[in-house]
Amino acid sequence: MSFLVTLPILIPLLLGALSVALWRFRLTQRWLAVAGTGVLTVVSVWLLLEVYQHGILVVHMGDWPGPFGIVLVADLLGAIMTVLGAVSGFAVAIFSLSSLRPQLEKFGYYPLLHLLLAGCSGAFLTGDIFNLYVWVEVLLVASFALLTLGGERSQMEGAIKYVTLNMVSSVILLIAVGLTYGLFGTLNMADLADKFSQVEDTRLVTLISILFMVSFAIKSAAFPFFFWLPASYHTPQVAVSALFAGLLTKVGVYALFRMFTLMFDQDTGYTHQMLLWIAGFTMLTGVLGAAAQFEFRRILSFHIISQIGYMIMGLALYTPLAIVGGVFYIMHHIIVKANLFLVSGAVYRITGSYDLKKIGGVYRSHPWLAILFLVPALSLAGMPPLSGFFAKFIVIRAGVEIESWPIVVVALITGLLTLYSMMKIWAEAFWKKPPEPLEPVRHPGAFWVLYVPIAGMALITLCIGIFAQPIFALAMAAAEQMLDPQVYIDAVLGDRP
Amino acid sequence: MEPVLALVSGALFTAAIYLILRRSIVKLVLGLILLSNGANLLIFTVSGLTRNAPPLIPEGMLTPLGASADPLPQALILTAIVISFGVLAFAVVLIHRAYEVVGEDDLDQMKDTDR
Repeated sequence: MSFLVTLPILIPLLLGALSVALWRFRLTQRWLAVAGTGVLTVVSVWLLLEVYQHGILVVHMGDWPGPFGIVLVADLLGAIMTVLGAVSGFAVAIFSLSSLRPQLEKFGYYPLLHLLLAGCSGAFLTGDIFNLYVWVEVLLVASFALLTLGGERSQMEGAIKYVTLNMVSSVILLIAVGLTYGLFGTLNMADLADKFSQVEDTRLVTLISILFMVSFAIKSAAFPFFFWLPASYHTPQVAVSALFAGLLTKVGVYALFRMFTLMFDQDTGYTHQMLLWIAGFTMLTGVLGAAAQFEFRRILSFHIISQIGYMIMGLALYTPLAIVGGVFYIMHHIIVKANLFLVSGAVYRITGSYDLKKIGGVYRSHPWLAILFLVPALSLAGMPPLSGFFAKFIVIRAGVEIESWPIVVVALITGLLTLYSMMKIWAEAFWKKPPEPLEPVRHPGAFWVLYVPIAGMALITLCIGIFAQPIFALAMAAAEQMLDPQVYIDAVLGDRP
Repeated sequence: MEPVLALVSGALFTAAIYLILRRSIVKLVLGLILLSNGANLLIFTVSGLTRNAPPLIPEGMLTPLGASADPLPQALILTAIVISFGVLAFAVVLIHRAYEVVGEDDLDQMKDTDR
């Protein structure tokens, strides 16, 4: 079954190449994207089920054994992330059918989309830190191009900040990888985890861990490093925004979870305490930034930041329940956040603007869209019985259990302010009368197509809430694997003499 | 040799950070170029400089004689150079396009999306 591990990377890579070959056949490209991401979703779910039932799957590239070759590893965390990436890719591919500016398809939108998904799957499934760097670069280059597709002034301005800060972060990651190799002579994550656990003087390991932390904190838009995100995420096509919002920052969060459970658990009093501070400030600054905004997608962008705080909080508290909460939070967040951006795109189609002051009355004209907005919006704010309630509940419960009161208070305040922001969007965009007559955006695609991914994602949100028990069990199994690095090490290096 | 290369790498980082903090987008990209070169040099230095000992196995033997250089860091650096070359090519096109639409090479004129 181990060929399954390579499929989530190979499928989008092949589809990307095929889309380039079919450069002029844009209709084919379109349906290839929908079908391809659909297949990717099915394969990823299959992979997840396989890993859930039979344990970690490992593929040694070129059959090079142990720590020498590059390994692909699908443990539960990696498999869960791959599924989430594929699902958001699928939703965005459908949404693109009827929302993308037609001339952008000419500039290779679909090949870039596939490349981005391949990069994400690669980053989630690799078991080698240099390979992780390479996959992160693959997805970054694709995201640079997607972000600037269209070439408007705001996109250029946003892209300069996005490109600069992400390049700086990549250089820091490269330095960390290089220092790790120089000191320990290996790049394999399992081998490194093994070597780190035997090091007596942990100061150098902690130093390297901080380099990794800074690099991935920039990529996940955590507290002192998040400025690139609200400057750029509201500028591209809304389908691109949705994919970025759901997936890209979560690659950083995933890497933090991977590094700081598997490899860097020597000095948790220092590293995880620092993560806890980062988490608290990330939540607060994100949600306060959102409160000051009046542009639909900018509000949502700032909320990405505050939600990242909850996930890092789960990691930083570093109890079994907290890790479960963190994993649950990632699952809930990717679906909900991508969906909210898709709703913002549908509202833009109807009203012709993202500025909340200029729009209104969507509830009157499209009541179903309003209801479909409320599902992810209330879930984001943590209303029961939606997915966000359980996600927040588990993380906060974990904080209460180890009596880490300040972070609990911050998390609760952030939840309340999130509700405020969502109600602001509801009142301005959906409830009030539009201040001036609305001019819908003309687009050849049918409007009902937009409902398909939005309703599908809302259904997933409802299901995560209603069937919270099995999802919780899945997150718990993932957390058990993460907190026992020996399982991972044995799976990867088991056949070592 | 290591201390000298460490200093050179440090100097590259210093110059890079100075350039990145300037307001001109051209200097920004120059800074990014120096930054990735500094990182490459750092990896090269930290993995150990071995002179006069190429990692070659004499004919008829299974292992090299004595200590030899480690080829892997150079493979890493080569990969990193190629990647950063691609990304920088994109960055150069980006600043050119940004200069065309904004009409300035001053980052202070590019704050519309932050408001």
